Amino acid sequence: MDKTLYSLILVAVMAIVTYIIRVTPFVFFRKKIKSRFIKSFLYYVPYAVLIAMTFPTVFSVTGNAITSIVGTVVAIVSALNKKTMMVVVALLAVIAVLLSEGILYII
Amino acid sequence: MLKVQNKKNFINGVKDSVPVALAYLAVSFALGVSASNLGLKWFVTVIMSMTNLTSAGQQAGILIIAASGTVIEIIFTQLVINARYFLMSLSLSQRLDPKITLLERLLIAFGITDEIFAIAVSKKEYVTKWYMLGLISLPWLGWTSGTLLGVFMGDVLPTVIVSALSIAIYAMFISIVITALFNDVKILPVVIISAILSCVLYYVPIFAPLSEVSCVICGIVASVFGALMFPIKEEGEQNG
Repeated sequence: MDKTLYSLILVAVMAIVTYIIRVTPFVFFRKKIKSRFIKSFLYYVPYAVLIAMTFPTVFSVTGNAITSIVGTVVAIVSALNKKTMMVVVALLAVIAVLLSEGILYII
Repeated sequence: MLKVQNKKNFINGVKDSVPVALAYLAVSFALGVSASNLGLKWFVTVIMSMTNLTSAGQQAGILIIAASGTVIEIIFTQLVINARYFLMSLSLSQRLDPKITLLERLLIAFGITDEIFAIAVSKKEYVTKWYMLGLISLPWLGWTSGTLLGVFMGDVLPTVIVSALSIAIYAMFISIVITALFNDVKILPVVIISAILSCVLYYVPIFAPLSEVSCVICGIVASVFGALMFPIKEEGEQNG
């Protein structure tokens, strides 16, 4: 088979599989779930998953442990101030990484 | 009146998605660069970004396509890497405006990514159809155009900038969880367990084969713990 056509078929398969994973819960859980246990479980899921994706990956995300940890600490400290918006937290973390990359480069 | 509200919801969604769209522009740029270096045709990579909208899954897909892998191989890797979307959609399904029809749900489901999910669940009220569509549109555009730029422009962004930008998404996740902690301290033990378990799975060598599904495992274990130890209050129940 033509290599480009085969690539496109693989892309289509990827897209279909990924879509099925995303859409299945939306189709089968349209009603409000009654079980208190499952409701509690689903209440905690977002935070548990987000934190599991963040740690420990975030300690090495920039490719350098020092700048990654500086960025992480800045993100946590700035988020602890209730008034800081999410965008600002992200921006401060990026600036902190850039600054520490600069400092590491100089010394 | 209703139309005005819809427009407002859509615009709010777009506004909330700006940092995600910018981050996607950078990440998909890198993805486009690596795909063209591996010899993929430009339109194969761009169509992939338009139809998949997922970073880890596409990275794996690009490697498999470059190596002329099999259909079975690609199905299996996507199922494993993207299994977390199942958990996210399940959780989000309970927070969607009940007025959203099945057909509209089919459309919204396409746009569930780690970041879009994170923002949608950070909302206190139900998320509406127009809000979700606003939230998905700009990141989709960023993801697609970033891929296109990466495929054609190659390495023009200095690596220093790319690596610094890579922390933005995690800073967002941290911000979302800490904001939620202010409203409900019961979340704290759950996220601590999740973080510790995630570190164990990451650093202990025997768990290495689980790395792709690590966040699903941690999410399930920590949330079951939370549901058993600190079940949420039923509607109508007194606080305290």
